[in-house]
Amino acid sequence: MNWLLLLEQILNGFQLGLLLFLLAAGLTLVFGIMDMINLAHGSLYMMGAYFCATFTGWTGSFLLGALLTLPAVFLLGILVELVALRTLYTRDHLDQVMATFGLILFFNEATRLIWGPVGLVIPLPDFLNQTVEIIPGAPYPAFRLLIIIVGFIIAGLLYFLVTRTRLGMLIRAGASNREMIGALGINIRLLFTLVFGLGAALAGLAGLMAGPILSVEIGMGESILILTLVVIVIGGIGSIKGAFIAAILIGLIDTVGRSFLPELLDLFLPSDSAATAAPAIASMLIYLLMALILAIRPQGLFPPKGVGK
Amino acid sequence: MKKTLISMVSALALLGAPALVSAADAVKIGFVTTLSTGSGAIGEDMRNAVELAIEHLGGKMADRDIEVIYEDDAFKPEVGKQKTDKLVKKDNVDFVAGYIWSHVLMASYKSAVDNGKFLISSNAGPSALAGKLCHPDVFSTSWQNDQTTMAMGDLLNQRGIKKLYIMAPNYAAGKNMVEGVERTFKGEVIGKDMTKFPAQLDFSAELAKVRAAKPDALFVFYPGRHGVQLLTQYAQADLAKTVPLYTAFTIDSLSLPRVGEQALGSLMTMFWSPDLDVPANKKFVSDFKAKHGTYPSHYAAQSYDTIMLINSAVEKVKGDLSNRDAVREALKAAEFDSIRGDFKFGHNHLPIQDFYLREVVKDEDGMYTTKIVAKVYEDHQDPYAAECKMN
Repeated sequence: MNWLLLLEQILNGFQLGLLLFLLAAGLTLVFGIMDMINLAHGSLYMMGAYFCATFTGWTGSFLLGALLTLPAVFLLGILVELVALRTLYTRDHLDQVMATFGLILFFNEATRLIWGPVGLVIPLPDFLNQTVEIIPGAPYPAFRLLIIIVGFIIAGLLYFLVTRTRLGMLIRAGASNREMIGALGINIRLLFTLVFGLGAALAGLAGLMAGPILSVEIGMGESILILTLVVIVIGGIGSIKGAFIAAILIGLIDTVGRSFLPELLDLFLPSDSAATAAPAIASMLIYLLMALILAIRPQGLFPPKGVGK
Repeated sequence: MKKTLISMVSALALLGAPALVSAADAVKIGFVTTLSTGSGAIGEDMRNAVELAIEHLGGKMADRDIEVIYEDDAFKPEVGKQKTDKLVKKDNVDFVAGYIWSHVLMASYKSAVDNGKFLISSNAGPSALAGKLCHPDVFSTSWQNDQTTMAMGDLLNQRGIKKLYIMAPNYAAGKNMVEGVERTFKGEVIGKDMTKFPAQLDFSAELAKVRAAKPDALFVFYPGRHGVQLLTQYAQADLAKTVPLYTAFTIDSLSLPRVGEQALGSLMTMFWSPDLDVPANKKFVSDFKAKHGTYPSHYAAQSYDTIMLINSAVEKVKGDLSNRDAVREALKAAEFDSIRGDFKFGHNHLPIQDFYLREVVKDEDGMYTTKIVAKVYEDHQDPYAAECKMN
């Protein structure tokens, strides 16, 4: 066992986990508070990446591009909520799935029309395009480190927002009992719109940070959306804390599993079958975890208060 | 009653008439490729090459019009099969062509050949279709997957690489490519990662393992969009200083505008390069560049050859496609000017051809492209041909 490698893989796991958390936080809020299944969350992630690539091209600076992207995706989220989703809150989940799936198709086609079928590139400034030797002997890409730092900062801010502010109180109340806070005279429509915008901005942030590592392309949101859904199911729908812990868990299991499972299987399988089986089993691990959690604790690890009782 | 019948029949005849005339006149080619998803750029490039080939032919094959029906496989085997079924049964095409992905081709080819259509692969070269499952009606204007990486294995030997790390996607072509390099590479393969395809786009875990394993070289096969990701992440991980990268079908003229700077000087093996000194290739590359402003990719080159091959067969049978044996013989003869120079089929209907070492360079206009450094193989036939029982 190579300890440096393990440490580096744990960092990689955190990086993936925090990226997932940014997506899951928005999705779980929308899901928990509005009881709304929003498959188009991945499209907002994609729009974050495309906006950032475009703004970075205009301004010539990744940081400026990123700063412009956040309000743009926030506004886009609000627009989507006002135009399309608002009418769907009272409908059943199947209708919401249909409508938001339609939104995915709409965003993919719109992206193709505007930016063309070939993906874009988000160029990084030189200081992010190098490696940092935080673990001696194992240089780590600076940009991935930045993702980890930003992820933790956002997690802290969200924790503060949800537990220490009035908006957060309303959000928690909404997740526990949405009819009751409506009855208490809270403008629930405005709250929904704001929460949706916030979720969109977080998805956009995830997209713009994933863009430089993965390529910016049509359909990039769909594969990660599945992982995100796994995260919120494991964490407990509507819970930011659950999303955070589940996202880190998924990130670590996926990365460390992919990295060390082949060697582990090699110990008790012929190396040929181990080489074939390992990637297959590694990609299954997180779904196995989800199945396990669903069997033992169907409400998730950390459901919001008042849910799943 | 009789009157109504007559008028109905004549109305139908009127409706059907124009369609029937064109159907009888045109040579119909179904072209299955990937036009959507992140790899849609490949299909776009192939379509551009097909259109250019038709332009070069003056829009006619043996005085018959050419009708190409493009279908998008969405990067999925099951969709590819559906689209092939549609082309064969509904559109009743004469030839089915295209196919980028080995797993899509494997799922689709039976739909074509079981319904008596000729299939010409413009890219995919799965080992099964070259060997045990070779079929009289299946042809290829590309290569068999193993060949390019066999040339790579020999190149690595020449360069004195002793310890090699391999990364490739876990699907039909990925496995073939890895087998190819392992066939000829004489050193030790100290690590091998087969990643989930096409879902996995983040290779951080694998690249960390590469760094820890300290190989003499890293060999990768990542076609299409995955290649861009891998190159970017390889550069961000700063591996270039310690682990040189060798690739197959990872850097092409579709990805070069995006990754050119990082890829400059990078080495790969292939059967073709835009600078290949062959008259047909020069015409193809310069006209393609004039029309689209970019270098054609090998996908485009192979698609161009596909149309030229079909044309040679249609010309040889003077436009009469009813005699299938004659068409098959004409296809097999492959009397056309290929972009790779001499073109001849082996008995398994895959080309026997040269393979070159290519390097990424900047041309005089500052555009990134590849240039041939050396010839690695001459008249190379794939290793599965012996398993093919066809004559």
